[in-house]
Amino acid sequence: MATMVEAQPERATPPTYNEITRDIAATLGNPTRGYYVLLGIVLTVLAIGVGALLYQVRFGLGKAGYTPPVMWGVYITTFVFWVGIAHCGTLVSAILYLFRSGWRTAVYRTAEAMTVFAVMTAGLFPLIHIGRIWYFYWLIPYPNQRQLWVNFKSPLIWDVFAVTTYLIVSTTFLIVGLIPDIASVRDLATGWRKKLYSITALGWRGTDQQWRHYTKAYLYLAALATPLVLSVHSVVSWDFAMSIVPGWHATIFAPYFVAGAIYSGLAMVITLLVPLRKVFKMERYITEDHFENLAKLIMLTGMIIAYAYVTEYFMAWYTGNPFERASFWNRAFGDYWWATWTMIICNAFLPFFLFFRKVRRSIPALFVLTLFVNLGMWFERFVIIVVSLSFEYEPYAMGHYTPSWVEWSILAGSFAWFFMWFLLFAKNFPTVSITEVKEILPMPRKEKAHV
Amino acid sequence: MSEKSQGLIAAYRHVDKAAEAIRTLKEMGYKDFTVFTPAPVHEIADAVDHKVSPVRLWTLIGGLTGVTSGFGMAIWMSYDYPIVVGGKPLGSWIPYTVIGFELTILIGAMATVTGLLVHIILTRKRAAHDPRFTNDHIGIFVDCPLERRGAVENLLRTSGADEVRFED
Repeated sequence: MATMVEAQPERATPPTYNEITRDIAATLGNPTRGYYVLLGIVLTVLAIGVGALLYQVRFGLGKAGYTPPVMWGVYITTFVFWVGIAHCGTLVSAILYLFRSGWRTAVYRTAEAMTVFAVMTAGLFPLIHIGRIWYFYWLIPYPNQRQLWVNFKSPLIWDVFAVTTYLIVSTTFLIVGLIPDIASVRDLATGWRKKLYSITALGWRGTDQQWRHYTKAYLYLAALATPLVLSVHSVVSWDFAMSIVPGWHATIFAPYFVAGAIYSGLAMVITLLVPLRKVFKMERYITEDHFENLAKLIMLTGMIIAYAYVTEYFMAWYTGNPFERASFWNRAFGDYWWATWTMIICNAFLPFFLFFRKVRRSIPALFVLTLFVNLGMWFERFVIIVVSLSFEYEPYAMGHYTPSWVEWSILAGSFAWFFMWFLLFAKNFPTVSITEVKEILPMPRKEKAHV
Repeated sequence: MSEKSQGLIAAYRHVDKAAEAIRTLKEMGYKDFTVFTPAPVHEIADAVDHKVSPVRLWTLIGGLTGVTSGFGMAIWMSYDYPIVVGGKPLGSWIPYTVIGFELTILIGAMATVTGLLVHIILTRKRAAHDPRFTNDHIGIFVDCPLERRGAVENLLRTSGADEVRFED
């Protein structure tokens, strides 16, 4: 039987290196019954999603609720949603690393793992959306018998490059960060876990030469990931902004999408951290201060989002373009008014509660608030994509789209797919970085340091 | 990496004592030693005083390869099968910047990781290890044959090591 050490009881003093290793390694032991029940629920929902997808593959895209002119629906909405969720991980792990913010160390691993799983989820949706999944490789520029190349002027191809790069680089970043931690738990583990960690630690022993190269490599990876995170959602926004659909064709889209992405990602990190902290008894490492810092970032990005909403409406009015005006009037008061107001209330009004310190430091309040932010951000993409497409230029070409049960099932399945990976990760690899939590605490000294 | 060699292994709880021992070892002319730390520690890195890691060169070369191949691929492929899209020139460098940019990051990051692996392999030394060194102790392993053991052991013991032992 593979075992790990027992958790240490909570104390007020800063933890020692030994306590850090043991407390975090203790999260990896044998799962409880609750874990298997949760995994079972997740796998059931995933099976429903996969079933719906197979049904759609068998009978074609007609099983999705697409109604001309709305040919981008729940799948593209969900794609943008998951790419957005992914953004917070790289923000916390790379951007805050470059800013040298110490508090990131306790939360960055969860955020980074979330990033990788969110991109893995997002990446499925363009393939589901193309219908004939087996032709997805046409998106890749490869020498073929028709001597055709992809169209590099198309934002959809930019997307392929951006999302693929993001998946590869964020996965690399996660793995590189994990290696010293795996070595720490390797040296404590027994049974099959010892074997697993011996292989995945890639021979890490923490020698002076290893750290010498590692710290530099990590810095450069962070420096590369920082512009990447800002570019990916900009490129996703250009899928829309490069076309002439009213409600899409705006220069504000790139910063607006990046802020929205980080906003939704931060919300998802809190949604995941609250139960994780409780179950893994990580109260000593992930404190209210961490939640408050995340909440402040949510506040900042939430204000940017609120500002972008106002700007969008202002520009629609100020440009005097009748199509833009009509499109935005339709958003607020047309068929989909409920979606628009869900988005505005959840994203632009609820974050104002974060101005109260009590709310920022109340974990139940944050948990509820972030659930609403996640809901609101999904609806934001739904409004931008579906509502804009349903109400373009010609009244006779307008239409109404209602998602089908196939789309809802695949959407639910995507959440299950995401949570499945997260659950498997959380029980097998450290969700709080052992090495980085140690790094911000000074090692004991015999004599006082000469400062 | 797991092969062991003959030498002395010392475990330190205190970072200043370990740094002092490293400096003394260097003063005595020892080069063949390995220091283990559970996390990157500046004081130890200063005492060991390595040159800056050449991994950064890999990042630079990878990034430059990426930007060149990104633009190169998009431009060459546009001319190889010329289709005018949106009335724009075939070699439109502005939209191709996205491809150039993404490949800079992708190949830059891949080169960084390759450089990391290559340099770790190139600079590895035979050294005995102890599980405490990934937990809460700093370890120093000095590669030395049995006959020269005395002087080194004396140094390590007087420098404040919690434990010194000889590994065969």
